[in-house]
Amino acid sequence: MLSVQQVSGGYSSEAVLRDVSFKVKQGELFGILGPNGSGKTTLLKMLSGILPIQSGEISIRGKRLQEYKPKQLAKIIAVLSQHSSQTFSYTVKETVSLGRYAHQKGLFHTWNSEDEEIVQRVMKQIGVTTFQHKNIQELSGGEKQRVFLAQALAQEPEILLLDEPTNHLDLSYQKELLDFLKEWTTENGLTVISIFHDLNLAGLYCDRLLLLEKGMIQIDHIPNEVLREERIRDVYHTDIQKHAHPKVAAPQLALLPRVYKEEEKMEVDESLVHVTKKWIEVCTPIPLRTMSSGVIGSGMGWHRTFVNRHVDKDYRCSDHRAEMASFLKAHGFEPAETVGMMTAVMLEDVVFRRFVHEDFSIFVVVTAGVSNAIDASKSELHSFEVTPGTINTWIFVNGELSEEAFIQSIMTATEAKVKALNDLAVIDQVTGTLATGTSTDSILIAATQSGRGLEFAGTITPLGKLISKAVYQCTTDAIRKSRMRKQT
Amino acid sequence: MQRQFIQTFLNNRYLAYLLAGIFLILSILLGISIGTVSVPMLTILKIISAKLFGFISLDQIDPMYSSIVLDIRLPRVILSGLVGASLAIAGAAFQGLLRNPLADPYTLGVSSGASVGAVLTLFFQLSIPYVGSFTLPLLSILFSIVTIFFVLTFASKIERSMRVETIILTGIIFSSFLGAIISLMIALTGDELRQIIGWLLGSVSMRGWEYIKIILPFFVIGSALLMFNAKELNAMSFGEERAQHLGVNVQKRKLLILTAGSILTGAAVAVSGTIGFVGLVIPHFSRLLWGPDHRHLLPLSIITGSGFLIIADLISRTIISPTELPIGVITALIGAPVFAIILLQRKRMERSG
Repeated sequence: MLSVQQVSGGYSSEAVLRDVSFKVKQGELFGILGPNGSGKTTLLKMLSGILPIQSGEISIRGKRLQEYKPKQLAKIIAVLSQHSSQTFSYTVKETVSLGRYAHQKGLFHTWNSEDEEIVQRVMKQIGVTTFQHKNIQELSGGEKQRVFLAQALAQEPEILLLDEPTNHLDLSYQKELLDFLKEWTTENGLTVISIFHDLNLAGLYCDRLLLLEKGMIQIDHIPNEVLREERIRDVYHTDIQKHAHPKVAAPQLALLPRVYKEEEKMEVDESLVHVTKKWIEVCTPIPLRTMSSGVIGSGMGWHRTFVNRHVDKDYRCSDHRAEMASFLKAHGFEPAETVGMMTAVMLEDVVFRRFVHEDFSIFVVVTAGVSNAIDASKSELHSFEVTPGTINTWIFVNGELSEEAFIQSIMTATEAKVKALNDLAVIDQVTGTLATGTSTDSILIAATQSGRGLEFAGTITPLGKLISKAVYQCTTDAIRKSRMRKQT
Repeated sequence: MQRQFIQTFLNNRYLAYLLAGIFLILSILLGISIGTVSVPMLTILKIISAKLFGFISLDQIDPMYSSIVLDIRLPRVILSGLVGASLAIAGAAFQGLLRNPLADPYTLGVSSGASVGAVLTLFFQLSIPYVGSFTLPLLSILFSIVTIFFVLTFASKIERSMRVETIILTGIIFSSFLGAIISLMIALTGDELRQIIGWLLGSVSMRGWEYIKIILPFFVIGSALLMFNAKELNAMSFGEERAQHLGVNVQKRKLLILTAGSILTGAAVAVSGTIGFVGLVIPHFSRLLWGPDHRHLLPLSIITGSGFLIIADLISRTIISPTELPIGVITALIGAPVFAIILLQRKRMERSG
């Protein structure tokens, strides 16, 4: 569709772009990225024929760009630029109708029914029909942008060039616009080439990305490859971290603010624990990176308060999440910053202890009751019933954990817990075999993300060793305490 | 909004033309009728139709009337009409092209450029072989074209984006400079001082049919060129880059439009001197009447522009009769406040938008 070969060019004297080559296929949504001054806009202006090409060649459908007459080119390429002057108050329809300029023939440019039909159709698709008789000067930024998009589409182009189309648009318009463009590429075979400032939007919507650096191509590849942490860090000279989009298979980059690194070192230990009759809380001065299966704040996240709440054995609630949230609020905790769990165990039986290994430490808090202990290998014999968790394990790591380490920590902790149960000969009441846990156990791994970097937490790694020992000891002690209470 | 109201009221395009047409005809009739000797409307109609169709004989009409109408007032009205039309359509085109509601042959300095050409011709009694009486308009046009390109090049050197104010400021600088040159030439002549000064302030008096013959061909060529570029003007009022994206051959069209505008201005200045603000006020009112679409803005500007200048001329020669005011005084009295209002409106819009 469009091919660029060894193109150099820019404003009059010096070349902004040097030796740029790439190809765009029909129906692609092609993103152009790069820091300020990397030549994105220059490239787009050269593609649209505004700036001359100093050397190299741009060809569209096998024909050189310079061989197209302005009108012919306008039938193939439409451009939606960032700014356009609106000195005079044309109506929306007059503005959109100008898009038909290149298609009109003859000295007087007669307006025929086909032109009218296309203009009406495009206005309907973009959703500007309702205000077609308004003056564009009276519209909001988002509405104006849509009117100019309609104008560009009225040209019936095969290629649409956009210069930061989401600039000045609020969140919903950004999404609406890009969803719309994506739809046109897949359904109408429109080729879209767009400059993006927002790397995440580009990663989310583009089929392919071109990263420019100082007027040269850094890489031309799929988003996942282009948006690599090290690459973006180098090109943009800034700290970012890549992570996966929660719903879509698209890479996302997060900025790392500078204060992050200057934070003082903080350790989670006994001093932060506060036990009452109704709940156990740990409040940390800074948010911790967490992975948990709590009632509230589950999954991956950042949290600074951790609450293990005592509930009655026969606690039943249709929406225990909402109930938990209102409980937290009532007691002065912010649900959004809290990992909350529930237990029927008496809270005095909690066991917490700090374990130190060379240059890092962990702090473990366990409450355990085994009245509904279960053998996981035979769990199909049990009926499903949500009852408050009875072994709640919290592991605070004073170190920086990788995502693998979080998962391995959970594995290691679970294995240690099973071993503790076995050694205490906890029996599944239904099957009569050795139990591996209870039906509603919860776990929390929370890391300060400062201090020593801990990449792995398998059972024989330093962290794994510490977790196994800590969880085994604490779980054993907690179960013993709870058993003692029953006997007395 | 005021404009919305006017436009819904006038949502029929024919009505806009009708109103403008009535205004023009009325001003023509008034322009011929009123003066030291008042000529009845009916007599005017009779004389004109007699001259045009010939089936009514002029015998029953007082020969004094027919002589006043045909030799003095009619040519004067037609000339002021043509000058007004030329300046108005040139102003509309400059405004659209430069995306600048304050552009006009006068504010851009084009009129002054044309004056220099005209004064040079008068001063040195120049006459280009073969063109004869067309030497004056041709030299005026040449100087207009040179001036507009100088002004625009200079403005783009100051600021790439060529803001409205920058262009106007540049126009004023050039106007002052060219005005000084004219003053210098006048000072050097001595004798013809009064004639040239009178001419400078703008006047359509005592010109006769000769001058109509001079301006007419240029008016037709210039207006036709602009009308054929009405769509391109629409596109270019959204910015030159966008116009190019829409398929307009910007360089070629821009050159055509600037040249056509200069032809119109040059010819108008050659026959009537510098008359300011017509090209500013008329397009502004035409836009209120029928929106910014140049396909209608240009013809409407022609009609209302000619009507406006005929009325302005009428006022200038009757208000302190028997002395005649230069017509430029009247247009400036109306035009300068309008200029101020547009400037205020723009600033208010920028602030709110």
